[in-house]
Amino acid sequence: MPEIKVTPLGAGQDVGRSCILVSIGGKNIMLDCGMHMGYNDDRRFPDFSYITQNGRLTEFLDCVIISHFHLDHCGALPYMSEMVGYDGPIYMTHPTKAICPILLEDFRKITVDKKGETNFFTSQMIKDCMKKVIPLNLHQTVQVDDELEIKAYYAGHVLGAAMVHIKVGSESVVYTGDYNMTPDRHLGAAWIDKCRPDILISESTYATTIRDSKRCRERDFLKKVHETIERGGKVLIPVFALGRAQELCILLETFWERMNLKAPIYFSTGLTEKANHYYKLFITWTNQKIRKTFVQRNMFEFKHIKAFDRSYADNPGPMVVFATPGMLHAGQSLQIFKKWAGNEKNMVIMPGYCVQGTIGHKILNGQRKLEMEGRATLDVKLQVEYMSFSAHADAKGIMQLIRMAEPRNMLLVHGEAAKMEFLKGKIEQEFNINCYMPANGETETVTTNPSVPVDISLNLLKREMALGGPLPDTKKPRTMHGTLIMKENSLRLVSPEQALKELGLNEHQLRFTCRVQLQDPHSDSDTLHRIYTHLKSVLKGYTIQHLPDSTVMVESIVIKLSSSAEDPNTKVLLLSWSYQDEDLGSFLSTLLKKGLPSGLC
Amino acid sequence: MKLYCLSGHPTLPCNVLKFKSTTIMLDCGLDTTSVLNFLPLPLVHSPRLSKLPGWVSKDGTVNLEKELKECAGRVFVDSQPEFCLPEKELLDLSTIDVILISNYHCMMALPYITEHTGFTGTVYATEPTLQIGRLLMEELVNFMERVPKAQSATCWKNKEIQRMLPGPLKDAVEVWTWKRCYSMQEVNSALSKVQLVGYSQKVELFGAVQVSPLSSGYSLGSSNWIIQSHHEKVAYVSGSSLLTTHPQPMDQSSLKNSDVLILTGLTQMPTANPDGMLGDFCSNLAMTIRAGGNVLVPCYSSGVIYDLLECLYQFIESASLGTTPFYFISPVANSSLEFSQIFAEWLCHNKQSKVYLPEPPFPHAELIQTNKLKHYPSIHGDFSSEFRQPCVVFTGHPSLRFGDVVHFMELWGKSSLNTIIFTEPDFSYLDALAPYQPLAMKCVYCPIDTRLNFHQVSKLLKEVQPLHVVCPEQYTQPPPSQSHRSDLMLELQPPPMPYRRCSVLSLPFRRRYERIHLLPELANSLVPSEIKPGISVATVSAVLHSKDNKHTLQSVPKPPPVPPTKKRKRVIEEPPEVLAPKPLLSGAVPLEAFLATLHKHGITEVKVEETADGHILHLQAEDTLIQLEEDGTHIVCDNNEPLRTTLRDLVLRFLQKL
Repeated sequence: MPEIKVTPLGAGQDVGRSCILVSIGGKNIMLDCGMHMGYNDDRRFPDFSYITQNGRLTEFLDCVIISHFHLDHCGALPYMSEMVGYDGPIYMTHPTKAICPILLEDFRKITVDKKGETNFFTSQMIKDCMKKVIPLNLHQTVQVDDELEIKAYYAGHVLGAAMVHIKVGSESVVYTGDYNMTPDRHLGAAWIDKCRPDILISESTYATTIRDSKRCRERDFLKKVHETIERGGKVLIPVFALGRAQELCILLETFWERMNLKAPIYFSTGLTEKANHYYKLFITWTNQKIRKTFVQRNMFEFKHIKAFDRSYADNPGPMVVFATPGMLHAGQSLQIFKKWAGNEKNMVIMPGYCVQGTIGHKILNGQRKLEMEGRATLDVKLQVEYMSFSAHADAKGIMQLIRMAEPRNMLLVHGEAAKMEFLKGKIEQEFNINCYMPANGETETVTTNPSVPVDISLNLLKREMALGGPLPDTKKPRTMHGTLIMKENSLRLVSPEQALKELGLNEHQLRFTCRVQLQDPHSDSDTLHRIYTHLKSVLKGYTIQHLPDSTVMVESIVIKLSSSAEDPNTKVLLLSWSYQDEDLGSFLSTLLKKGLPSGLC
Repeated sequence: MKLYCLSGHPTLPCNVLKFKSTTIMLDCGLDTTSVLNFLPLPLVHSPRLSKLPGWVSKDGTVNLEKELKECAGRVFVDSQPEFCLPEKELLDLSTIDVILISNYHCMMALPYITEHTGFTGTVYATEPTLQIGRLLMEELVNFMERVPKAQSATCWKNKEIQRMLPGPLKDAVEVWTWKRCYSMQEVNSALSKVQLVGYSQKVELFGAVQVSPLSSGYSLGSSNWIIQSHHEKVAYVSGSSLLTTHPQPMDQSSLKNSDVLILTGLTQMPTANPDGMLGDFCSNLAMTIRAGGNVLVPCYSSGVIYDLLECLYQFIESASLGTTPFYFISPVANSSLEFSQIFAEWLCHNKQSKVYLPEPPFPHAELIQTNKLKHYPSIHGDFSSEFRQPCVVFTGHPSLRFGDVVHFMELWGKSSLNTIIFTEPDFSYLDALAPYQPLAMKCVYCPIDTRLNFHQVSKLLKEVQPLHVVCPEQYTQPPPSQSHRSDLMLELQPPPMPYRRCSVLSLPFRRRYERIHLLPELANSLVPSEIKPGISVATVSAVLHSKDNKHTLQSVPKPPPVPPTKKRKRVIEEPPEVLAPKPLLSGAVPLEAFLATLHKHGITEVKVEETADGHILHLQAEDTLIQLEEDGTHIVCDNNEPLRTTLRDLVLRFLQKL
C-alpha cells in the first residue's frame, strides 16, 4: 500500500522553526525552514541531522517550499542551503522572494553584529541561497519534475503568504503555512479549492480560540491607544516590519485623520518606507478594496506616520511608536520598552503571538519583574495589553478550511500540544477523519489508497455507456468486462476480442453439449412450445427465441429437440453452449432436467 | 472535433472549437479596420470637416449627401463609427461554454458576444489581460460617448446603393452586421464573467477537458492556450513574440506534441524589423523637435507604448531632449501607467528583479517623477493650460477616427514642421490619413509589431512538432502586394489547413482511448498473468460509473444475502441475476498433460482417437466425450453436472483467460 510520511523537524506541537518533511510517492519535500525565536543555541534551527548525519541534503530532498517570509518559516534557510548544503530548487512566491532576504539580513545583523555570535551565515550566503529560489505564482501548476507538481494558493496571513498543494500521481498533501480565513484591512482571506488531499497539514496557533469580530478588536485597540494619548502617555507597539505593521498603520492613519489627532506616530526602522514600497508593487496580493482604488489613492502612502529616531524616545508628551521586532526579544522595541517600562502612564500593546522565552511572552503572562542581562531587574509598571491582530486562522477558520479542501486526513503543526489535542478531538468528531499531531522528530505514516488510472479503449467505453442508457441505474449496476493489458508502463483496458487481436493470440472455444431427457406426452412441436413458454416465464429479461427449425434459443444457447426412437413421449433435448454462457447454460440444463411444470399450455 | 471560424482577420481571431463535449471560443477579436470608412469624430468643432461636400453619384441618380462626404477623392460615412463583429450566424452563441482570451487586443468584441446572445458561460483570462483589456474598452467607450453623434447612417448599406459607391466602401463586407460601440454598462457586465487564471494553471472544464494558459511573450499577461484531454492535445497560439521586450518570455516547450496547433496572430509587418523601427522612431522624433516641430504618436494606451517610453528614457539625455515635454493623453493614461508597475509576476526577468529592490519595473515612473512625462485624461482641463510646444504627444486612437488624436491632426496637420509617427501596425497609415488630406505635416511609418514572423514560426513549428496546423488562409500564400516573396508564407508538411471567415473545419483527430480510474479495491482484486515476456493481462469485471465526464470502475457489489422468506424453496429456480459472460479463452490443451491430469482425478479409462484436427477422448466409465482441437474443446456430457464442471475446470487450467 502506498503511504505518505510526515515528520516535523520543527513546529511539531510547538510554535517556531517550522520545518516539516513530507515523503510522498517516492519524493521528499521540505516545507518551510524556520528558526525559533525563543532560543539562542542549537535549538534555534531545525535538526537537519535527522535527514542525514553527514554531508549535504541535496540528494535527499526533491524540493524545498517556503510558505511566507516570517523568520520562523524561513530563518534557517541560508543555514540549511549554504552551511549544511542544499543545491536543489527552493520555491516561494514573488513577494516572499523579495522580502525574505531583507529579513534574513536583519536577523543576521542582530545575531552577528550586535550579539557577536560567530559561526552564523553571512550576507553572501543569503545571496547565494536566494539564487536557488524559483518564484511561484498563485494557482500556477509547477512541475518540479515529471511526477511532482506543486500549486500555490492565497493564504492571507502576510503579503505573499501561500498555501501549497503537493501532488504526485493521485496522492496529494496540502500545507497551509500560516493563514487567515478572514480578510483584514490590507489582505484578503485564504482560499483553496476542493482538492481533496490525502493529508491537510495545518497550522493551529489559535486552535482553541474563537475570536470576536475584527471590528470589535479594532475599536478596542483604537480606544486604548486614544486613552493613553489623552492622558499624556506613550504607546509602544512591537511589530515585525512587514505584515501586521501595515495593517495597524492603515488603522491608525484613518483614525488620526478622522479624529484630527496631533500626537505623533513613529515607525522605528528604516525598513518602513521600503516595506511600504513592496506593498505598492505587490498590490495584486492585497485585498480587493485596496487593489480597486490603488490608482486613485494608494493606501500605503501614510501622511501621519513618520520615521522614528532613537532620540525621540526621551521626548516629553504622548506618542505612538511602532518598533521592531515584534516579540520584544531584541533590537529597538526592547530598548524603548526598557525606557518606558517604569511609567504606569505608558502602555505596550502586543498585537501578536509571542513565543515562549521572549520578554513579550513573559509580560503577557503577568510577570512584573524581569531579569535583564547582568543581574539587573526591570520593574514593569506600564500597562500591558494583548490584542490578537496576528492573522492566523482561529478554530472556526481551521474548520472552515477543512470544509473547503475536504482532506482525508488532518495533521496539526505550529501550535501548543494541549490546544492541538482539543482541536484534534473536535476535528475527528465533526469530520470523522483521522487527525494527527506528531511531535518534532516523530514520523506519522498515512496509508493512501489511490485509484489506478488506466486508458480504456473508446469502443469499449462507448459500447458500455450505450448499453447502460443515458442515466446510470443505481439499483441495477451493470457489469462490464474487459481485459487489462499491462505492457511496460502502460495500462490499457480493451475488450477481450481486441486484446486477443492485439496480442496475436488465437481464441480457444470451449463448448459444452448436454443431453436432457424429458417425459412429455405431446407432439414435438408442442413440447418445444411448452419449453419456450416455460423458459419465458422463468427467465425474465433474457432474449428467448422460438426458431422455425425446431430450436429454442436463449441468448446464444441452442436447445434442440428430438423424440426418442423407442418412446415418442420421451423427448431428448440437446443443449449446447459456449464457455462464455457457462452460468446460464448450467442453469438451463439443471432446470430442464426437472421437467416441465404441468400447468403449461 | 470541429473548428468554427467567426473572424477572417488573422490577428483579431475569433474561433470556436468543439472538443469532446465542450464548446470553447478562442479569442474574441473585434475588427476595427471598418472605422477607416468613417469620418473622424472631432473633439472640438472642425470647420474643415463640416464643410466637406456630400456625395452624389456621377449620374446624379443617387444622392446621399447627408450620409456620405467626400474628401480628397475618397468617400467617408458621416456617422458614429462602426465595427465589424465576429460572425454570429454560424453557430448558436448561447451554446458556448467558455471563452479563452489570449491577450487584451483579442477581447474587444467580448461585450457583443457575452451580452444579448444568451451566453451563460465563463470567460478565462489572466489578470493583466483583464485589467488592461478593461482600460482599452473604457477608453473606446469614452472616445465614442464624449462626442455623441445623432446621425446613424444606414442608407448607404443598401446592397443596391453600396454597389454604386466608389471603393473601398463598395468592397466593404458584411456592412449590415457592423455595430456601434457598446456601453460601459455592457463592458462591466461582460467583464464580470471573467475568471482569472495564472500561467500554467490547469483549469478543468466539466471534467472532460483541461485548459491551461502559457506565456506567449507578446504583451502583459498574454497567453497561448493548451486545450487537452488525457489523449488529445490542441495548442492555440495567438499573438506570440520571441523578442525581449517587457513581458515574460514565451513558453515554447509546453506546446510540444500537440495533435492540432491553431496558429493565429503572426506579425502584420513581416518585412519590418522592430528594432530598426524603434531606431527610426527615435531619430525622426529628435529631428522634428530640433527643427522646432511637434511630434504626434497615435497609439494604444498600453503595450508598445511602454517600450517606446523606455526607449526614450535612455534616448532623451543623449539626444538632449531633456527639456522637451512628453505628453500622454488618454482617459486611461494614468491607470495604464500605474497598472504596468504592479504586474511584476508577468514581466521579463530583468524587470522582475527590479521589484525585489524594491523599484518600479518600468522607468516611466522616473519620467513622471522628474516631470519629463505628463499624463492627462484629455485635452480639456489641465492640459490646455500646461501645454507647451514643441512637444511629443502620445495619444489614441491609432485609426485617427476618434480620440484626442483627431484634435492634434487638425491642429498640427497644416505645418510641415510637425511630424506624425505611426507605430501601431493595425491600420494602413495611408487610409488612416485619408480624411485629413491634403496634409502638410510629415508622415513617418515605423510600425512596431513584435509578433512572430514567418522565419520564427517555422523554426518554432519544427521544434514543437504538431501533427497538424490550422491557420488563417492569409498565411498560406504570400501577401498580395509581395506575391513573389514565397518566404512570407507558411510552408509545412503536411500543408496547413487554411480557414477564412465562416469556415467550418473538421479537425483530424482519431480518439481511441479515454482515461478511466480503477478504484483501489478493484485494482487489488485483479490477478494478472504473463502472456508474453513483459506483457501481462488481467480480466476485469467491474461496474462502470460515469459522473461529470469522469469514469471509474469499481468491483461488482456482492449481492446482499437473500433474506430467509417463505419463497425460499423457489430460490433454486432464480436464474443467474447478472448477465455475466465469462472471459475469452486462449491457448491450447496439450493431450499428454491433459490425460495425466485426468488420471490424477481418477479418470483412468480414456480411449483416445485421433482425428483430422486433433483428438477425441472417450471417457468410457463416465460415457463422456471430449473433443480436443487446436482452437477448441468440446465437452459432451449428459446428466452429470458435477463431472462436467470438474472437466471444465481441468480444461481451464491449460488456457489463458482474457
